[in-house]
Amino acid sequence: MSAVLRLCLSLLLGLVLAGRAWAIDPLPFADADQETRFRALVAELRCLQCQNQNLADSDAQIAKDLRREIFDQIAAGRSDDEIVAFLVDRYGEFVRYRPPLNANTLLLWLGPALILLGGLVAVGIHLRRRRQTATSSAKPAPTDDEHDW
Amino acid sequence: MNWRLALPLLLFVALGVLLFSGLGKDPKLIPSPLVGKPAPAFAIENLRDPDARVDSAQLRGQPYLLNVFASWCAACRIEHPVLEAYARQGKVRLIGLNYKDRREDAIAWLQRFGDPYEAVAWDIDGRVGLDYGVYGAPETFVVDAQGIIRYKHVGPVSPDVMEQTILPLLAGGGS
Amino acid sequence: MIPELGQWCMVLALLLAGIQAIVPMAGSYLGDEALMRSARPLAYGQCLFLLLAFLLLAQSFVAQDFSVAYVAQNSNLDLPVAYRISAVWGAHEGSLLLWTLILSLWTVAVAVFSRGLPLSFISRVLAVLGLVSVGFLILTIFASNPFLRHLPPLADGNDLNPLLQDPGLIIHPPMLYVGYVGFSVAFAFAVAALLDGRVDQQWVRWSRPWTNVAWSFLTLGIGLGSWWAYYELGWGGWWFWDPVENASFMPWLIGAALIHSQAVTEKRGTLRTWTLLLSIAAFSLSLMGAFLVRSGVLTSVHAFASDPTRGLYILIFLGVVTGGALLIYALRAPRIAGGPPLGWCSREALLLLNNLLLATACAMVLLGTLYPLLVDALGMGKISVGPPYFGNLFYWLMAPLVLLIPLGPLTRWQGDRWADVLQPLRLFAVIAAVAGLLLAWLSGDSSVKSVLGLIGALWVALGTLVFLLRRVARRQPGRPLLSAEMLGMSLGHVGVAIFIIGVMLTEALSIERDVRLEPGQTETIGAYQFRYVSMRHLDGPNYRADEALIQVLVDDELVAEMRPQKRGYRGGQVMTEAAINPGLFRDLYVALGEPVGANEAWAMRLYHKPMIRWIWLGAIFMMLGGLISAAESRLYRRVRQSAAEGAAGAHA
Repeated sequence: MSAVLRLCLSLLLGLVLAGRAWAIDPLPFADADQETRFRALVAELRCLQCQNQNLADSDAQIAKDLRREIFDQIAAGRSDDEIVAFLVDRYGEFVRYRPPLNANTLLLWLGPALILLGGLVAVGIHLRRRRQTATSSAKPAPTDDEHDW
Repeated sequence: MNWRLALPLLLFVALGVLLFSGLGKDPKLIPSPLVGKPAPAFAIENLRDPDARVDSAQLRGQPYLLNVFASWCAACRIEHPVLEAYARQGKVRLIGLNYKDRREDAIAWLQRFGDPYEAVAWDIDGRVGLDYGVYGAPETFVVDAQGIIRYKHVGPVSPDVMEQTILPLLAGGGS
Repeated sequence: MIPELGQWCMVLALLLAGIQAIVPMAGSYLGDEALMRSARPLAYGQCLFLLLAFLLLAQSFVAQDFSVAYVAQNSNLDLPVAYRISAVWGAHEGSLLLWTLILSLWTVAVAVFSRGLPLSFISRVLAVLGLVSVGFLILTIFASNPFLRHLPPLADGNDLNPLLQDPGLIIHPPMLYVGYVGFSVAFAFAVAALLDGRVDQQWVRWSRPWTNVAWSFLTLGIGLGSWWAYYELGWGGWWFWDPVENASFMPWLIGAALIHSQAVTEKRGTLRTWTLLLSIAAFSLSLMGAFLVRSGVLTSVHAFASDPTRGLYILIFLGVVTGGALLIYALRAPRIAGGPPLGWCSREALLLLNNLLLATACAMVLLGTLYPLLVDALGMGKISVGPPYFGNLFYWLMAPLVLLIPLGPLTRWQGDRWADVLQPLRLFAVIAAVAGLLLAWLSGDSSVKSVLGLIGALWVALGTLVFLLRRVARRQPGRPLLSAEMLGMSLGHVGVAIFIIGVMLTEALSIERDVRLEPGQTETIGAYQFRYVSMRHLDGPNYRADEALIQVLVDDELVAEMRPQKRGYRGGQVMTEAAINPGLFRDLYVALGEPVGANEAWAMRLYHKPMIRWIWLGAIFMMLGGLISAAESRLYRRVRQSAAEGAAGAHA
């Protein structure tokens, strides 16, 4: 019975994730620039209550409230950085989909570049070596176009 | 064994350890950046008395729980008997923050389920909730005598949470 | 009765899979032909029982047997038959059964189509596939059994998640699984080759078609998922860099690298260890995807209801399969590079760079997806890594790859001269740059990134054209103009170009507007006037809906009538059914929000999305490219030849 109960519960939780979407909020923007800034901001901020959605897409109450707050702050003339800082102060780094570069995220931002550099070095070494040492099984380079494939 | 050929295996083991560490953790649990910082100040209408205010500055001196609740919040009903029992026994000092609720609904709700709160602040527009980083009711903050937030609990407070986390914090922070 | 039969079928399949994992492998070491020959019948039997189990589960859904907990949780009396069948894989348990069934279908395909391969090799391949199947069957039977009873039976069931009540979702998961699981074949071939100690070109020749087909299906599955998210989620987005999407994208990236590295190894004998490693990685990442989706370590919009116990199980399984394979790799992979010497300017070198960039992109996605987990594990708090990270880094990692794509097919193996390679491309590089700028100017697109992207896309398309023109110019009588492989390559690369054009223009030029409209009111987006005409109520089989009628006019001429719906399902879930007016060059998209105020006023979201269809069109081209390459007759000719040689060698 408890297994079934657990099943029901997990399914219920599973359904929670499905239900919401279509956050559609007509807001009276003063100008196109404000609207652009608003859309960029809400797309890069994470809804706290949802599974994994930005504020733009989420229909959770908190997302509506925060969209309204961001709209108000833009209208009040605050900068994007100030608005993000305002939210981070209250909700933590979790709200940013674009993690700032700091000691914690150094590996995140530089990791791919390091991997690429390391890979390039490895490829370079490999090619250098291969130019010098021809192995015994060496095939002649195909000259005929057909064999080229 | 050639170390270069063993490298993928080592990386995979590290990955496995990382994935294992994530098992059983709740990825939805978001720690509050306010823990260890002064509780944001507020002075808003008292739910029970439109002419009076609840002022956070006057709450200092003794540790308390700030409990965010609303009549529309189903989970609040689950934790309410727990909060009430501990408040009635005098083990916790309970301040309510009625979050985005209609006054008459909230008062009716308290009449029906009991009112264990020392004071209830009426946060009609959720401004105070925003300052506290509330993203859904119920949430409960442990504030010490100096007005510093010591802990935030998201979701219904259970007797376990009360005994194992909140009461020790209150005891430590109050002394 | 039927559910119990289904359980028994799964248990019997598990038994057969267990024997298939052990006996043929033992036979290959003992040199016992009878033991080795058992592999094929075991694979057929296992597949038969899994097919039966699957059909029995489907039957439980069709017959609405709500005494089966899984059926009761995922369907109800009102659910149309088509969705009752797709509900079989609508949640964790059934989808795992489907995954296992597909694995056994792949196994059967390998058993049937590899008649020419040496017996000891193919028995090892089938044994490895049997081992993988054992893992999945244990997970299904002991931790995710879809046949468990719920007694007493419920009078009516719950509802299938309404998001999944959609034609796109009937075929998206099976296609995706065909792709994921298909990489198990390349994996099994690689492990068998390592065990054999014969890691020359031959195993790669045998495994290439399988990899191409698996990758093609994965491309199709991901494309379908993206298309589904676009029209069903109602956000108008097509890719969200969500952990679950990333989980499918990582094996895709490695699969794309593997297709290229297999070509190098098969033809030139180089990159042997790397190809082995990629073969192991592609399938391992598919398995890790299953872990991420089903364990609950990450939050996602698409994740299954999560369960740490299942997570632990999958992790152990992943440890055995991948850890085991990597251990064998560490012990047995060749230490000396094979093949002829290479020049800096050679097709091998270019394909090596291709592999480096694709593998780095995969590593980046892995790093970003798991970084929040790492930060949390180290006690440094919770962070989110989202689209701004993935999107930016992916763009810059792929930029050099786009630059290299046209060069690869025009460069000779082993060594060429840069001047010879670049000479025919110079003119086209200029054309691509001019046309890209022109296109950007005409469409009003001014972002540097997307203009560069457009130029890159045209460069890829024109570079592929140069390749085709060269084939025409050097055509030799009696020989086909293009081999299947060349045609597949060209289609795939053109697909990349189409995809990039779609992404760049959609991202740069889409217009999105949230409006409040009353009947009779009009909102203008670009050249299109959206007129909200009326609202009506209607009843579906298991939902009630509000449906708006919206006419779209251009210059007062009616171009489309759109009917977006907002549905309330029986289970209480609310769904928006966006109305989409598709076109090759633009989509119009309307999603309903909420009623606001009186007079049937509604909040609506209107979109004008130029070129968005090109994103999926590109994916279709890539898929076709992969499939056509797999039909390369040369691969099969040599399979027969080398098998004959192998047999002759054995007798000598």
